[in-house]
Amino acid sequence: MKQSALSSEPDWRDEIFAALKAAEIRQIGYVPDAGHTRLIELCRADPAIRAVGLTSEEEGVGLAAGAWLGGQRAALLMQSSGVGNCINMLSLAKSCRFPLTLLITMRGEWGEFNPWQVPMGTKTQAALELMDVLVYRVERSEEAGETVTAALDIAFNGGLVTAVLLAQRLLGAKRWVK
Amino acid sequence: MRALLEGRGDLLLVTGLGSTTYDAAAVGDDDRNFYLWGAMGAAAMVGLGLAIAQPERRVLVVTGDGEMLMGLGALATIGVERPPNLAIVVFDNGHYGETGMQPSHTEARVSLGGVARACGIAAVFDIADDAALGEFAKRLSHFDRTIFAGIAIHADEPPRVLPSRDGVHLKNRFRRALGVE
Repeated sequence: MKQSALSSEPDWRDEIFAALKAAEIRQIGYVPDAGHTRLIELCRADPAIRAVGLTSEEEGVGLAAGAWLGGQRAALLMQSSGVGNCINMLSLAKSCRFPLTLLITMRGEWGEFNPWQVPMGTKTQAALELMDVLVYRVERSEEAGETVTAALDIAFNGGLVTAVLLAQRLLGAKRWVK
Repeated sequence: MRALLEGRGDLLLVTGLGSTTYDAAAVGDDDRNFYLWGAMGAAAMVGLGLAIAQPERRVLVVTGDGEMLMGLGALATIGVERPPNLAIVVFDNGHYGETGMQPSHTEARVSLGGVARACGIAAVFDIADDAALGEFAKRLSHFDRTIFAGIAIHADEPPRVLPSRDGVHLKNRFRRALGVE
């Protein structure tokens, strides 16, 4: 992989990518997101990973189920707003015990500029837990890799849905005026 | 459904919530059938994930017009990915048979084949009679690019054959049949 093809410098997102590789993730469903930019680029640049751009996050729950039926592991990248789009679809994973890990960049919390992000951002964890998703939260960059590893392990060992919330403080607030 | 699955070979089948699940069971239960009993709108995406994971096998998704309408974005996603081993077939009766035969948007004026074409799926078939259905069914054993077919069917309610609703069972037997469990 050519590092020069990427638009940003290596950081904790590379540790998340290493965790995805170590867990043999072969399909990534994603909705474009500023916080996940580097991770999406890393996945797209890896010939062993099929990175599938989605029109809506809920498509990813179906994609991941199909991947597992066919013997591959999948994970999904989304923003907290996308969690609301997934709620009914998570019944597919739960009913069939499909393993799945969601990596979620948070909006609507620390440093949020746009109040329209707040309603879903403040309810993201509760919404996931209502659907029995195991939720982990990362506030500090040094926790990112090991937390994603733990979330992937329990998902694929236990046939569970897990989520890692990447705090907005970790990501840095979105800059609206450049 | 019977015409599509006759001589299915090693075809893998995903059916959508509702009548297409019952129809597939009526033709004959098979470990390589994955029936959706919920997750309305997910059938095409399950087919996409499966087709990517199993590039050597052909994957057939059969679903209804209402189920496809709930997940229209999937056609855009599939139009970008275009796995050569994925066929999506919509049984289009223009109605929601599961909920009391309310008319669907396809009954009004929406063309799912038109949507599929607009999403960049090159091989689109609009099938309205048995002769065309027979010709199409023959393709399922050897197609080599993403296919979408809309098959016009009558809006009626034949007796239902209900397959297992145990999702874990359906998942595990499918994976065992593929040798990945």
